[in-house]
Amino acid sequence: MEFKENEPIYLQIAAHVCDQILLGKWAAEDKIPSVRDLAVSFQVNPNTVMRTYEQLQNQEVIYNKRGIGFFVTPDAVRKVKAQRKERFLQQDLPEFFHNLFLLEIDLEEIQQRYEAFKTENYESEIEQKP
Amino acid sequence: MIQINNLSFGYSRKSLLFRNLNLRLQEGHIYGLLGKNGAGKSTLLKNMAGLVFPLEGSCQVNGFDASKRYPAMLQDLYFIPEEIYMPALTARQFVANTAPFYPFFDEDVFYSYLSEFDVPQHAVFNKLSFGQQKKAIIAFGLATNASVLIMDEPTNGLDIPSKVQFRRIIASALTENRCIIISTHQVRDLDSLIDTLVVVHDREIVLNESLDAISERLTFTTIPESESSNALYTEDALRGKQAILPNLLGNYSKVDMELLFNAITSGNTSVTEILQRPQYEKSL
Repeated sequence: MEFKENEPIYLQIAAHVCDQILLGKWAAEDKIPSVRDLAVSFQVNPNTVMRTYEQLQNQEVIYNKRGIGFFVTPDAVRKVKAQRKERFLQQDLPEFFHNLFLLEIDLEEIQQRYEAFKTENYESEIEQKP
Repeated sequence: MIQINNLSFGYSRKSLLFRNLNLRLQEGHIYGLLGKNGAGKSTLLKNMAGLVFPLEGSCQVNGFDASKRYPAMLQDLYFIPEEIYMPALTARQFVANTAPFYPFFDEDVFYSYLSEFDVPQHAVFNKLSFGQQKKAIIAFGLATNASVLIMDEPTNGLDIPSKVQFRRIIASALTENRCIIISTHQVRDLDSLIDTLVVVHDREIVLNESLDAISERLTFTTIPESESSNALYTEDALRGKQAILPNLLGNYSKVDMELLFNAITSGNTSVTEILQRPQYEKSL
């Protein structure tokens, strides 16, 4: 994995772990790779991964079974989504609004484009949603 | 783990390489030791390994005076010099000869490191290429399970895939009770492994700071040529200038170890002053 220069590596690894959880590759109550294994596969200092896991533990995305390893919490998907939504609303949305305002783009146009985008990209998933 | 107190050293008393040097290295860390050619990196490492003795002051390893070379200290320390001279032995013969000095040596781990490094097990060591020899001795050093591991320019002579393997193996080798010290000029080889930077310059340790602490206090960025900013240090780059600025907003930027090293060894004191300033003054 190539790391970006503008974000601490431990946060980039946290994002990777959260991605695995959202994608369902690591399900609730699954054991996730040990600090050492993840450090080896990313070629980083194990202290960096430890910091990632400490943060994810504080966010209740993973938990530690002493002597056994780290596991995905039952509530992990919801926690990750809530955090990402919060970050999106705080950081990305103001920038998006800023552009809408500057370029005088109508919210109706955005609505239409969003619907088209959904059918184009997520058709199968939308049908599955209850 | 390693405690150096008021150490002075020189190969002759008339020209000292270190004067009143103090340094403390702790377990659970990978230290990157940087210094210009001739600054004394290798000599400092040799003091730790008990290969040369301080003229004044002391160097203690796990509580033992390194210069006393007690077996109890030496069995728990492995030093890999930059230049290595391997005997005409196979891996198995080398183990039979050398491993008894290291009570925590793990033979299976040694062979698994060798195969990870693509070093043939049955070859005679001194017939291998320099890079292969180096990998063999790194594999052996790690397999001793010594708590102090000292490596002088370990990535010199390693080919591209070997550097990746080296990073993986070092990542797996760091434990809470191990201290790994790596001197290097190839900082990019070890970028995300080193957690603490130690710089030796002008007979002193001018920096011993974790990368986290450095990026909290300094910003590494590129600024336009024309900008007259509060940069502490700049270097001309292709577009604009590479710069080190005080990190006033608390934003993260990756520590550019080469730029930082150049700033410190160019005699620029503003960078080290900010790093040495007590934490509570940071916002001033």
